[in-house]
Amino acid sequence: MQNDEIPPLSGWSEAELDRAFAAVAAEVEKSAASIRSPDDKEQFRLAWLGRKQGRLKAISDAWLKSAPAEAKKQIGQRFNTLKAEIEQRLEQAGAGSSDSALNAEAIDITLPGTRRKLGAEHPLIKTWNEIVAVFQRMGYSVGVGPEVETDYYNFESLNFPPGHPARDTQDTLVIVGQERKPLRDRLLMRTHTSPVQIRTMEQQPPPVRIIIPGKVHRNDAADATHYPIFHQVEGLCVDTNITFGDLKGTLDAAMKAFFGSSVKTRFFPSFFPFTEPSADVQISCPFCGGSGCRKCKQSGWIELLGCGMVDPAVFGFVSQKQSLYDPARISGFAFGMGIDRIAMMKYGIGDIGLLYSGDQRFLEQFA
Amino acid sequence: MKILSSWLREYVPGIAVSDRELADDLTLRGIAVEGVFDLGAHGSLFEMDITTNRVDAMNHYGIAREAATIYGLELKLLDTSLPAARVAARPVSVSIEEPKLCGRFTARVLLDIRLTPSSGVVAERFRLLEQKPIFNAVDATNYVVLAMGQPTHAFDLDKLEGGIIVRRARNGEKLRTLDGVERLLDADDLVVADEKKALGLAGVMGGWDTMITPETRNVLVEAAWFDPGVVRRSSKRHLLHTDASHRFERGADFNAPPVASALVSRIILEAGGHPEGELVDVVVEEAVARTAKRASVSFSLGEVRRMLGPTEDAEGILAGTAEGILSGLGCGMANAGAESWSVTLPSWRLDLERGIDLVEEIARVYGYNRFRNTVPAFSGTVVELPWAGKESAVRATLLALGWNEAISSSFCASEDAARFVREPGAAVAIGNPLSEEAGMLRPSLLPGMLDMLALNISRDVEGTALFEMGTVFSGGPERVDERPSLGFGATGQAFGKQDVDFYELKGTVEALLGKFASRSAYFDHFPAASGPAALRLTPAWLHPGRSARAVLDGATVGWFGQLHPAEAERRKLKQAVWIGELWLDRLYRQGLRQPVVEELSRYQPVRRDFSLMLPDSVAYAKVAEALEGLAIPELRIFEPKEVLRGKMAAPAHYSLLLGVVFQSHERTLREEEVQGWSQQVVAALEALGGKLRA
Ligand SMILES: [Zn+2]
Repeated sequence: MQNDEIPPLSGWSEAELDRAFAAVAAEVEKSAASIRSPDDKEQFRLAWLGRKQGRLKAISDAWLKSAPAEAKKQIGQRFNTLKAEIEQRLEQAGAGSSDSALNAEAIDITLPGTRRKLGAEHPLIKTWNEIVAVFQRMGYSVGVGPEVETDYYNFESLNFPPGHPARDTQDTLVIVGQERKPLRDRLLMRTHTSPVQIRTMEQQPPPVRIIIPGKVHRNDAADATHYPIFHQVEGLCVDTNITFGDLKGTLDAAMKAFFGSSVKTRFFPSFFPFTEPSADVQISCPFCGGSGCRKCKQSGWIELLGCGMVDPAVFGFVSQKQSLYDPARISGFAFGMGIDRIAMMKYGIGDIGLLYSGDQRFLEQFA
Repeated sequence: MKILSSWLREYVPGIAVSDRELADDLTLRGIAVEGVFDLGAHGSLFEMDITTNRVDAMNHYGIAREAATIYGLELKLLDTSLPAARVAARPVSVSIEEPKLCGRFTARVLLDIRLTPSSGVVAERFRLLEQKPIFNAVDATNYVVLAMGQPTHAFDLDKLEGGIIVRRARNGEKLRTLDGVERLLDADDLVVADEKKALGLAGVMGGWDTMITPETRNVLVEAAWFDPGVVRRSSKRHLLHTDASHRFERGADFNAPPVASALVSRIILEAGGHPEGELVDVVVEEAVARTAKRASVSFSLGEVRRMLGPTEDAEGILAGTAEGILSGLGCGMANAGAESWSVTLPSWRLDLERGIDLVEEIARVYGYNRFRNTVPAFSGTVVELPWAGKESAVRATLLALGWNEAISSSFCASEDAARFVREPGAAVAIGNPLSEEAGMLRPSLLPGMLDMLALNISRDVEGTALFEMGTVFSGGPERVDERPSLGFGATGQAFGKQDVDFYELKGTVEALLGKFASRSAYFDHFPAASGPAALRLTPAWLHPGRSARAVLDGATVGWFGQLHPAEAERRKLKQAVWIGELWLDRLYRQGLRQPVVEELSRYQPVRRDFSLMLPDSVAYAKVAEALEGLAIPELRIFEPKEVLRGKMAAPAHYSLLLGVVFQSHERTLREEEVQGWSQQVVAALEALGGKLRA
């Protein structure tokens, strides 16, 4: 498309200039007409307006060099006009000719996007963080404790006396070589996160509000809903004048924050050695709104939490180290829930083993 | 446990609600009815789930008492009347040698009884409860357990030799129990015996030799109260869990034996026979104080309200409500001042001991859902764990780089523990492991990581990249230390179209270390072949030539690289696997790096590429060191753009395409300056043995 030759100019008369400039304008017109793409446009711009190699400059340099001084001004003006015309062409090439030109550049947008792989947060950690966040907004700090506990913190101080039948419900994994120690000092894998309640109260006078997430262990054979490892979130609130109504109101508010404001709670008597009164809590099924579905086994309700008022005996153990935990003056409530169960319910996971398999095909679904 | 609604209604005739409402009302009071099955004219069958602390409610009369209390109705008394007894020629002698273990023992003799199949109410209720009838004397004891929970036992009187003695078993003593098994007893077992032999394992199971047979004509009915502990220990040791042991080990009703004895006798005598002598009832006074006549509890309405808060329609439980509930459950309520009582506790509720137990009973029977939901005020502050931000930063970085989070078991096999432990001998064993593969507390996250990678390989996953943040354990029986750790592993095309390599891992580790503030961070390695043995620190699980140690401010924070081919072979992993572990306890000692913005230059950068041939012995680190040694402030960036070995390079050499960027904060760079620095760069590299390629 590029014509390197300088067009001839045979004189400096108006007529001759008209002819010569018309010829150049025609050349501009012709090359502008072949603009189809942004690339073409850029080439057109460079070819005509380029500062070093641009044709307009080459022509004007050549013509002005030989022109007599009195003609130079008029020639300069004509070049300015021509330059403006070229710039206008350029602008039009951007707007006017776009549709057909751009259509020719169409790509297949139905091909899949190029995706960089996102890492997936583990569904248990996701659920864990969501639950913790709900309680943090309600004034609870996070508490943690060791996974290897003593019998004292895991059982005795939580009002599971030695030989008590309630110990049988928590099949315990023990550390080797403990037989010669006094029972209270024997090391075991914690069977619940409740020991952290005691550890926290021993270190901190009331008021206390903590939320305790963590991994726990049971000597349980694995099946679809049981696994030797699972995760719990436990909460504790102790102050003067904490009532059973406070426990109910707190859990009701937390469940609404977690599952949605239309969720309802109801409380049933239950038994835990470290709380009294104790309760099991059901929430109205957040999946079907209570009308019955597979997740709630058609009942409209799902059992989700265990809770109760802290047993005075527990305060008794704590007050050996923190005398301010006097059950005659303070009271409190504790609650706990299984993170695994909530995650399984929420994400429709049928087999708890998947959570601990490291199967990437499973994990990737949470990216 | 199965309960018949018609049986409950016999004990509480006034119940006005339907069976289904009754079931709901009981469930809301913690006497959980899990299923209601229609029995037509016979009412309903309730499938119950009673919590272990409520042994008193594991029978019809106990549940009827709950219903009577809920509805404020009267509970019928049990009919214990018997035909008049003949005067016994020789009354049975009963001697309790272990008053701590047996608090009460009753014996009643019935003579000339007739063994027949059960009939009437007993037969019908057995049928409805799907319980197999045997014959009247045996069914009677089972029926009474269903009725009011007290276990009893009937011996064939003619097989007894002398009076009854409740004693500890002798070490090595043998007893064939009703199930036909011969059991070896020891002094921790309590037996009911005659003068010659053990007749039964107290509170657990009767003996074979004195059991009732079709030939039996005369029986001795035992109804007793045994200590929960001794029954529990015997039941556990002999792996013999029976209806009787279940009740005794949770604390039976001390006042129930005479009642149960009468009820059993009434049923047996319906078919014939007569009582011989009055009931022999031996009571240990000391046990009475622990059970039937415990100290009364002082109790106030204020305490109830302090614990429970307002109800839906009042500022708290009313005095009349509290009194009504507790008396319904069997408590004696004596007024002791304004809105306070001295409460005596029922013999069948050994689970009630303290004021709080009474508060719970009131809340339970009143109905948990009738208390107002309130939210407590709070004036404290929310405190974050000191490492919470660091943990989030590590997790977020890994997720952004495309690693998937996994969680694995806290246990591993002992060979793995030995191979992956940080300090030899510091792995901790489990005393009662679930399996041999889970015999140790994991000293490292890598055994679990390798199992997970192997699973993905076996399932033909094209590329896997996993990380786990969890606890690792070390120590011994005396003390176990827990440390947070990060394990990561990748194999195959985990991040793109190319297989994972060393640099993929190193890039991840660099990004993680970059999140933390430090004065220095570097990587080094200790090939197996070089240096003195003491310096060969590379863990045995790593390929010695393709692994590195990460060091932050002088402290080792972890290792990563290719899994040692021998370890890969042991695990039958046929493809290259890349793994590593960062010791988060050490990493978390550093603060998170606070970005401080560097001023951006307004002047154009000048880029120059150098294509070089370098001897293999010159590691890239030496190139970097040489360039840094030039100390040219305008040399802003240098990076290896391409490294080629093998065919593309001369023998024992590699080719390096080095990209360099010069830029100044003060001015546009002149061509001559750039030229000069480029020559310095070339000279420095030539000094290392490099040759500039055309
Ligand atoms: Zn549902």
